[in-house]
Amino acid sequence: MHPSSFEYFAPKRMEEAIDLLTKFGEEAKIMAGGQSLIPLLKLRMASFPYVIDISRIQGLDYIEEKGKFLEIGALTTLSEIEDSELIKERYRILREAAAQIADPLVRNRGTIGGNISHGDPSNDMPAVIMALDGKLEITGKQGKRVVEASSFITDSFTTLLQEGEILSKIMVPVFDGSSGGCYIKQKKNAGDFSVAAIAVHLSIDKEEKVRRAGIGLTSVGPRPLRAEKGERFLEGKRINDSVASEAANIIVSESDPTSDFYGSADYKKKVLNKIAVEAINTSYERAMVR
Amino acid sequence: MSMSKIKLTINGKEIDAEVEPRKLLVHFLREDMGLTGTHVGCDTSNCGACTVLLNGKAVKSCTMLVVQADGREVTTIEGISSGDEMHPLQRAFIQKHGLQCGYCTSGMILTSFWLLSKNKNPTEEEIRKAISGNLCRCTGYQSIVESVKYGAQLLKEEQKGEQEIRVR
Repeated sequence: MHPSSFEYFAPKRMEEAIDLLTKFGEEAKIMAGGQSLIPLLKLRMASFPYVIDISRIQGLDYIEEKGKFLEIGALTTLSEIEDSELIKERYRILREAAAQIADPLVRNRGTIGGNISHGDPSNDMPAVIMALDGKLEITGKQGKRVVEASSFITDSFTTLLQEGEILSKIMVPVFDGSSGGCYIKQKKNAGDFSVAAIAVHLSIDKEEKVRRAGIGLTSVGPRPLRAEKGERFLEGKRINDSVASEAANIIVSESDPTSDFYGSADYKKKVLNKIAVEAINTSYERAMVR
Repeated sequence: MSMSKIKLTINGKEIDAEVEPRKLLVHFLREDMGLTGTHVGCDTSNCGACTVLLNGKAVKSCTMLVVQADGREVTTIEGISSGDEMHPLQRAFIQKHGLQCGYCTSGMILTSFWLLSKNKNPTEEEIRKAISGNLCRCTGYQSIVESVKYGAQLLKEEQKGEQEIRVR
């Protein structure tokens, strides 16, 4: 299968990329690792007259703690996130999610920026960054702006990115002390998208009550969802079986899955309920251990 | 139709080419370079028969444009042996029967090559995880995992041997 013809640009500087995107408008498509875009182009589910390969822009590939945030350059590959010692030690949920995306070969090319800005409700990184209260830095002609990750994806394959804008940085708050999270992805086959997946991140206080809860959902709505009612329900409580199970019911009520190849809407809700209980319990245990 | 000029290294050899930007790396390797050891399997980024190394990392060449390899180093199955001497992983796959039809083999070997380049002593679980993007419809993977283990052992012995020669 061959993509339809396009003109290709590989700018080395951000300004150059933004100029090209501004010039070609909707006829241009940004490509980073290409692991989502190239399959779409090959299947002719999408075609663009201009492809702007941003992967050669310098300085967008890094993982570092800076003040109150862990900062990840948009071109950082999913493999680099998986292999990072800093992430392994302090941001387990990110590693857990990265390691479950597609397969190792795809992760060697696929980037975190692409995984988020593609806007696919089945991509895993958005829900995780949302659960962590992450922020996204967007670079455009007027400079940089920062948005909440939870508001970035507005609908299926639709984001806040305006013409000439590029997602440049992912920012995750540095959580102090007693917090822990996990990402559970229920899939049919190795390397597949999920039937349903959930990111839970909990911070607890001295009395072992939940001080802050973040919950992001994958594959159960038109976009990655934040389960805010579930979060509010957990806050101020100690987790036990009945709390976890009641929270899971609330989380399911916030989901909006459709029936498709991966299962009926009803089945997806059942799966979500089960993994929600598991994710809440695991996150709580991890927050206690810290 | 606008063409792109690229310069890349394939199996140690510098190549200058003018290509259509939409050309996939796998087609460039097979059709323009004649390197047919890289296979097209599913053509949808699932099976890994098209695996090659890009700057030492295993990637799927059916899900990569050749222009993305501009300025970079590509290694195919043809590039890992030295002359007529097979790479230890290739010998291991023969000795441990790590293949039946052979269609997935070059991909399996290149993914294993990448794994061993960052982890000389992989556990069985690490091997299985590493090859999770390479599908085999014949072996049930058992003999492939054995082959990678044996390949790791052969590689270590060989590297040890080379060191001893250097010391002498």
